[in-house]
Amino acid sequence: MAQSVDVQSTEARAARRGRLAGFAFTLPAVAWILLFFAAPIVIMAVYSLMPLAPDGSLSSFSLQNYQRFFGEAAYVQAIWNSVVTTAVVVVISLILAYPFAYIIAYKIPKRWQRLALAFAILPFWTSYVVRSYAWLLVLAPTGVINWALRALHLSDKPIILAYNAGATTLGFVHFFIMLNALTIYANLVQINPRYVLAAQDLGASAFRSFLAVTLPLSVPGMAVGAFLTVVLCIGDFITPQILGGMKELLLPQVIMMQLQRQLDLPMASAMSLVLTLIVAIVYLALQRQLRMSRL
Amino acid sequence: MTMTSRKTYKLNARLTLALLASGISFWSLTTTAVAADNLNVLTWCDHEDPALLEPFEKANNVKINFKDIDSTAAALAVLGQSKPGDWDVLVVDQTDTGRLVQMKILAPLNAKDFPFADIPAEIADAKLSSVDGTLYTVPEKFGYNTVAFNKAAVDPKAMEDINAIWDPKYKGRIAIYDYYVPVIEYVAIALGKKPADLNSADLPAIKEKLIALKANAAMVGDVTTVQQALATGAVDILVGGGEWVTAGMAKDNPDLDYVIPTQGGVRWQQGLGVFAASNNKDLATKFVQYIVSPEAQGKLATSSCYWGMPANSKAVLNDEQKKILRWADQPGYIKVSHPYLQMTSDFDKELQALWAQVLQSN
Repeated sequence: MAQSVDVQSTEARAARRGRLAGFAFTLPAVAWILLFFAAPIVIMAVYSLMPLAPDGSLSSFSLQNYQRFFGEAAYVQAIWNSVVTTAVVVVISLILAYPFAYIIAYKIPKRWQRLALAFAILPFWTSYVVRSYAWLLVLAPTGVINWALRALHLSDKPIILAYNAGATTLGFVHFFIMLNALTIYANLVQINPRYVLAAQDLGASAFRSFLAVTLPLSVPGMAVGAFLTVVLCIGDFITPQILGGMKELLLPQVIMMQLQRQLDLPMASAMSLVLTLIVAIVYLALQRQLRMSRL
Repeated sequence: MTMTSRKTYKLNARLTLALLASGISFWSLTTTAVAADNLNVLTWCDHEDPALLEPFEKANNVKINFKDIDSTAAALAVLGQSKPGDWDVLVVDQTDTGRLVQMKILAPLNAKDFPFADIPAEIADAKLSSVDGTLYTVPEKFGYNTVAFNKAAVDPKAMEDINAIWDPKYKGRIAIYDYYVPVIEYVAIALGKKPADLNSADLPAIKEKLIALKANAAMVGDVTTVQQALATGAVDILVGGGEWVTAGMAKDNPDLDYVIPTQGGVRWQQGLGVFAASNNKDLATKFVQYIVSPEAQGKLATSSCYWGMPANSKAVLNDEQKKILRWADQPGYIKVSHPYLQMTSDFDKELQALWAQVLQSN
């Protein structure tokens, strides 16, 4: 009896030690998240509730900043513009990235795949700002496209390709095709080729086996790519600022407006929290598909 | 550890200590020899040329440390991350003098310490530099937010009418500078309104006029974007532009020019202030005096970052520089131009919301 109690207490101690060790191992990660993610969010939330007074001090708690934000149609329009632009960028990037990733994963010999991937990520090597200005050199009225159109006598007057929402979308898509291609490729190469062979053995055509097997199994790669695109695209200020010509405002531009003259950090915090909330909603919507282990 | 390695270890330790000690003494000696003092300046990019700073540094045996800002808000952001006393001098948009005094950021100055007799009366206007009769900022440089253009593509005579920018023949050839304060003010002038009297009741008409201007424009953009658009020929007209865009590029592209329409234009004006929390107020004041001296004013006006009119009319400039700056036209330009709006925080928010509405309009 006493021996059994000893064994039990030894096991309990070992289990406790195991739990403590597990906790100790996760502590740095938890501390990191608390310090650099949770704490800033809490600070932003508190700031957003303390409107800026004319003398630069913070007023007492109120919802004034949120009332001002949602009471101004132009600011609410910025949320809508950001969501629509991001959705369009995600859809176009996925549509263009998928065949690209598929070809690298299945059609290019394995020994060439690394080189193909290196080419795929080339745009990541240049600065984001430089890349946006490079697009301006292509799209501007004095840019490469208009120059070519004039040289070929296809147009007398320059066609307005830059300084609009289309140019912003193009700048974004150029960047995010590569990101999505990487996540989709990483997913595709993990799919067991025997599943496709089994489908074809059962009489499915190549296209049918793609639709029934490969495509559903590559959804996690697309979901991760889509989520990363949403996170990076919806919060970006540089591309719409350089290529968009302010034909419409996106939310990050409205946030910057609060800072550029008045340094209204509380109002900017309120707007940034709304932006964070949108990203959180997207995360929750994609949560079931966001399986990093598949990458 | 063997005897030899222990010896080597001891030798290395002594050598390291000796090098460290000599390094520290050398560093302290050199820093003492190079500069007895430091002056920390929050400044726009036009105060950073060595040719401007070195004479003051040498004369006063001081090292000027500067941090680049591009607006009052950027200065406030830096101050928010600094200790009181970290900064001595501030370059400021003079329209913000009152706001900074209200925030207790600026120290009072003595007008007798500065050459106000050599500064045009409109530029020296106490409304921009003083609060309740006390001087807080000294004007040092000014210029215009009006209309800049490429005279190879646009008739300069036509640009003398402020309403020309609404002409459909310029559709798609116009850029608008994305700073709502001068642009709204400029449009108010086009509507025949006196900027100093603007109030909320004026805003619907201004909004309508701005939306029409945006419809005629190819783009709205920040300093870099609009400057690049004008310089590369992507647009021919820049609303809100002035000598700060064209003068610096005059040598490379003499076709870039600006004009103040007969109806008037907007005048930007920057000044120098000393921080209330500065531990080095005497030296800071001396620096302000240096910057408004004729020699420094000439260098500041023709800075490698951007050109602008010196506040001191005795600034040392050659004939070519004066020609580019339209020196002879200044008395007339100053008379028809209006300084930036001095407004309450609430009215500023109204203008900002109006600007957002204009940018969101189709």
